[in-house]
Amino acid sequence: MTNSEKNRRKDKAFQVFGIFCTFIGLVVLAIFLIDIVIEGIGRIDWDFLTSLPSRRAARAGILTAWAGTIWILVLSALIAFPLGIAAGVYLEEYAKKTKLSNFLEINIANLAGVPSIIYGLLGLELFVRIMNLGGILLAGALTLSLLILPIIIVTTREAIKAVPRTIRDGSFALGASKWQTVWYQVLPASFGGILTGVILALSRAVGEAAPLIVIGALAYVPFVPSSPMDEFTVLPIQIFNWTSRPQAAFLTNAAAAIIILLLITFLLNGIAVYLRHRQQKKIKW
Amino acid sequence: MNIKHSKLEAINLDAYYGDFHALKSINIAMEEKAVTAFIGPSGCGKSTFLRTFNRMNDYIDGFRIEGQILLDGRDIYTDDVRVDELRKEVGMVFQKPNPFPKTIYENVVYGLRIQGIKDKKILQETCEKSLQQAALWNEVKDKLDKSALALSGGQQQRLCIARALAIQPSVILMDEPASALDPISTAKIEDLIYELKKDYTIVIVTHNMQQAGRVSDHTAFFYMGELVEYAKTKTMFTSPKDTRTQNYITGRFG
Ligand SMILES: Nc1ncnc2c1ncn2[C@@H]1O[C@H](COP(=O)(O)OP(=O)(O)O)[C@@H](O)[C@H]1O
Ligand SMILES: [Mg+2]
Repeated sequence: MTNSEKNRRKDKAFQVFGIFCTFIGLVVLAIFLIDIVIEGIGRIDWDFLTSLPSRRAARAGILTAWAGTIWILVLSALIAFPLGIAAGVYLEEYAKKTKLSNFLEINIANLAGVPSIIYGLLGLELFVRIMNLGGILLAGALTLSLLILPIIIVTTREAIKAVPRTIRDGSFALGASKWQTVWYQVLPASFGGILTGVILALSRAVGEAAPLIVIGALAYVPFVPSSPMDEFTVLPIQIFNWTSRPQAAFLTNAAAAIIILLLITFLLNGIAVYLRHRQQKKIKW
Repeated sequence: MNIKHSKLEAINLDAYYGDFHALKSINIAMEEKAVTAFIGPSGCGKSTFLRTFNRMNDYIDGFRIEGQILLDGRDIYTDDVRVDELRKEVGMVFQKPNPFPKTIYENVVYGLRIQGIKDKKILQETCEKSLQQAALWNEVKDKLDKSALALSGGQQQRLCIARALAIQPSVILMDEPASALDPISTAKIEDLIYELKKDYTIVIVTHNMQQAGRVSDHTAFFYMGELVEYAKTKTMFTSPKDTRTQNYITGRFG
């Protein structure tokens, strides 16, 4: 067998292997989805979405859970969005390339990989105990903001980096200051990318139960939160709670709630994909 | 060479990128409302020199100059000079057209907006006037609210010129403004330069000898960071004094 023939065979073999690996992922995901949908879809109706939690599976609904999830999403976005963008802009546009900024950069990248439960512990200490907030929505949102901040900073920097040098030069040459150049040129041109990053970060946050349980979010909340200072639960906690019950009817509830949670995640991802697509269509460098 | 009124001047100018000596004791005075061309092989320092006149090199880490650059007799590198004020006076057009990813209108009025001018009438009038000066008005007057990125390369470059004109500079620096364009667009830019020099002092970098011959009144030849020869364009092209100039304009290296 000649060498090139050998190489071609290896190529072929790897291709088959690659397809196989790809399919494992997809098939497992599909089985999981189908299983959940079969189990839960029949349980989803208007009552399920608008009922308060209950000890009886057939009467229990997810109103407080999804309302809490939306609250957490919005609050986290409001907190993490400006902070993340400001930090990203600073690091990319202003920070001198010193040892300190290098150190910051590496650690921000590392933070993105810290397990979420650690953020829960941080939130518990910082917001619940030191700031004495208790296990309320605001504390949960602050904790999840910490969790998604590194992701937002990293994606902001990527988006800003994609704006060509020539655009900045053009702005400076017309007498613009650095701040004006960032505000009028760099941010608008990278906004789609930044938003995409924020939404993807939120879609990670929306699935988190562990850090919120750690800070003391409750599984049973008999009312819809009406302010950031209220106690709350979220869909993942509700799901976790139901799956740990022995009765089969609660498992059905859990499956139904998982479908809703997945829908929210897909919706967020869909928006992100749409925004990125629109951005690409609008701006071709 | 006789300069009637010197608009821009470099006195004993040295420029460094870190340890690299990019410009070596350059002395030159440039005529007001005339076109001065910088020619020379690539890497000889033309762009570096051009960018000292609006201080665009300030952003480059490790860049520094010694000597003076004078605009209307005034040193532009002293501490009391505000860079944004300087750049209102000295506009720049780049090698590759770099319109902002905004509408045509917003591109033209950008320089005014950042000065805080909000008056719609002023903005609109300036927009029309600048586009007319840049010989672009007729082509874009019906689509001012369309993206500038949809224009052709030549139109984009004229838009960049209009954008520079909108803030009423007295000097326009052009760094190989036509090198990325087709011959027809290039001809339009050259015609435009010819028109503009009635009102503006223009400094243009070009690697195209014919272009220098067509558009410029004076030509400066640079070689390895030195200003080798500076003369009336006609004189330089017909009877260059230095053998390096001779070799360059006859195409023996470059
Ligand atoms: N940002 C920079 N950092 C270091 N050296 C540079 C930089 N820009 C240009 N140079 C060097 O300075 C010299 C002159 O460059 P430039 O002014 O761009 O030449 P030209 O425009 O005549 O082609 C070249 O040798 C180039 O490598
Ligand atoms: Mg150059």
